[in-house]
Amino acid sequence: MSKTSEAMQQPVDFARFPDERGHFGRYGGQFVPETLMAPLRELQDAYARYRDDPEFVAEFQSDCRDFVGRPSPLYRAERWTRKLGGARIYLKREDLNHTGAHKINNTIGQALLAKRMGKTRVIAETGAGQHGVASATVAARLGLECVVYMGAEDIQRQSPNVFRMRLLGAKVVPVNSGSRTLKDALNEAMRDWVANVDDTFYIIGTVAGPHPYPMMVRDFQSIIGRETRQQMLDVEGRLPDALVACVGGGSNAIGLFHPFLADADVALYGVEAGGYGIASGQHAAPLCAGRPGVLHGNRTYLMENDDGQIIGTHSVSAGLDYPGVGPEHSWLKDIQRAVYTSVTDDEALRAFHELTRTEGIIPALETAHGLAYAGKLAVELGPGKTIVVNLSGRGDKDIQTVAEREGIEL
Amino acid sequence: MSRLAERFRQLRGRGRTALIPFITAGDPHPDLTVRLMHGLVAAGADVVELGVPFSDPIGDGPVIQQACERALRHNVSLRDVLTMVQRFREDDPDTPVVLMGYMNPVELMGYAEFATRARDSGVDGVLTVDMPPEEMGELAASLAAAALDSVFLVSPTTTEERMQAICAKAGGFIYYVSLKGVTGAANLDVDAVGARVARLHGMTGLPVGVGFGISDAATAARMAAVADAVVVGSALVRRIEANQEDLDAAQEAVTALVAEMRQAMDADAPASVE
Repeated sequence: MSKTSEAMQQPVDFARFPDERGHFGRYGGQFVPETLMAPLRELQDAYARYRDDPEFVAEFQSDCRDFVGRPSPLYRAERWTRKLGGARIYLKREDLNHTGAHKINNTIGQALLAKRMGKTRVIAETGAGQHGVASATVAARLGLECVVYMGAEDIQRQSPNVFRMRLLGAKVVPVNSGSRTLKDALNEAMRDWVANVDDTFYIIGTVAGPHPYPMMVRDFQSIIGRETRQQMLDVEGRLPDALVACVGGGSNAIGLFHPFLADADVALYGVEAGGYGIASGQHAAPLCAGRPGVLHGNRTYLMENDDGQIIGTHSVSAGLDYPGVGPEHSWLKDIQRAVYTSVTDDEALRAFHELTRTEGIIPALETAHGLAYAGKLAVELGPGKTIVVNLSGRGDKDIQTVAEREGIEL
Repeated sequence: MSRLAERFRQLRGRGRTALIPFITAGDPHPDLTVRLMHGLVAAGADVVELGVPFSDPIGDGPVIQQACERALRHNVSLRDVLTMVQRFREDDPDTPVVLMGYMNPVELMGYAEFATRARDSGVDGVLTVDMPPEEMGELAASLAAAALDSVFLVSPTTTEERMQAICAKAGGFIYYVSLKGVTGAANLDVDAVGARVARLHGMTGLPVGVGFGISDAATAARMAAVADAVVVGSALVRRIEANQEDLDAAQEAVTALVAEMRQAMDADAPASVE
């Protein structure tokens, strides 16, 4: 594409993306039924009004500090680094946030916006349950009604999170259509929104969906990258050589990457779920093995068959089990600003155990994908280099899955 | 003049409101679709709206979602749907056919190729549910080049400004969504719909059809009094669902409801011009 070669020739002004209609190059946009165009406009206007409003920003920041526990530490993984004998690895500890993952950064921001827009009801989709819990948490705190859509399949494999949501007062609605996972939960949440646009705010959990979601979620999650930047300058006196994050929809990755996009010397690696291996076809790696298409309101890389139907995905981690990806990642891939790769279920599980045993940190299975790749990259880069991995979530929710896979009864 | 324009011109002359039944192509089985399309026409349909099955139909309620799932069990593709239209055209050169579906299958086929194939198969209009006019540029150009009408939805939340923009780009007819919700929901307010339809009539010379939530003959008749066309989908698809094991029974159940709606709409029509 001409856009791509153009972008490669001269530095891209990343601050200019997306354009006013939500496009990142050819990706993004607003591909939704007519009924949703008005609420999207309302949301765009509200976000434009508040994103730089000092009072809104101050409230977001104080909530991040006092309710979430930010800034999250940048932890030097000493023993793991020594064991690998390569680049020095730092972990950005999003697992230490309230509710145990990066998801809360975004739900705080969106709920503050919902409140200002006078919405009394919030809805959310969830895969692993982390975004559902984060949404239920902010809804409880702000006194908003909360409905979370979750694939029936995921409800089974993430039952502790389902109970957490219910404890927080959210209604969890099982979704039995299609593949009964995250993508179907998103479909169902969109349908709810179409029917209840007047009083309902849809809190999308990742950098996908129609504009302004990919931009707005990115902005809220960029607190991760901004802190990381400062922390690296404080401890190392320079920027890292590489950033690594897992990519499902891609919100933790974009949150880490975005403040570094203009720093050409910082390499960016997004790690998708390779499932049983790319060659098996049983994976969730649209950037590595998919094609551009239109799903859930935006144009992006997708997993589809030759008729343009979205196909079932597989990953050991429910949070990565999604056939699309945020449109900004699709664009970063095409302009070659970030590199996207994948690791298999087995590699992710090995990394899960390795980090647990060497550093005393049980990571989420999603996060373990990033860790598995970071381990390889550390060896490749060698000593003297530094890598930051986004430790996007803690693994308590996954112990049942890990036990089952290893034939252990809890 | 396009087949859609010609059909609405004839109907206007006869003082008749168009009845536009919707079925999902390939539901419950690809063998039924062409036969059922003819059956719909025989029962009183003026235009046939054919759904292109998609795995993730976010604008549709559970009834049409499941119709998509049944069709996809037989791997019914966009290409197959076009072949069905072509076969329908062999025996019915006059009844307009509108495809209703989602972007991704069209995106994959390519806009120009899709438009050419659709025209060659005998399709008259295309409604892509998740393609608002703002994103439509290239696709609209391809459809126009193939002399296909772009049918757009206007909903209760559509602003005046957008209504104007949509009317400027639309062809065939305007499809007014009679409720805030997905297909098959049930909370219709005929007066409110009538007011919005009248507003659209003030903006465009195109006919205005009304759909979403029209589930029985009485509702169809009430909507017929305020609109130029009545679109019925989920109510028919429910009958297919109930008879999915028996194609003959499905055909009969669906066409019977269409005939009933036709009768009610005509009975309630103002003193016939015929």
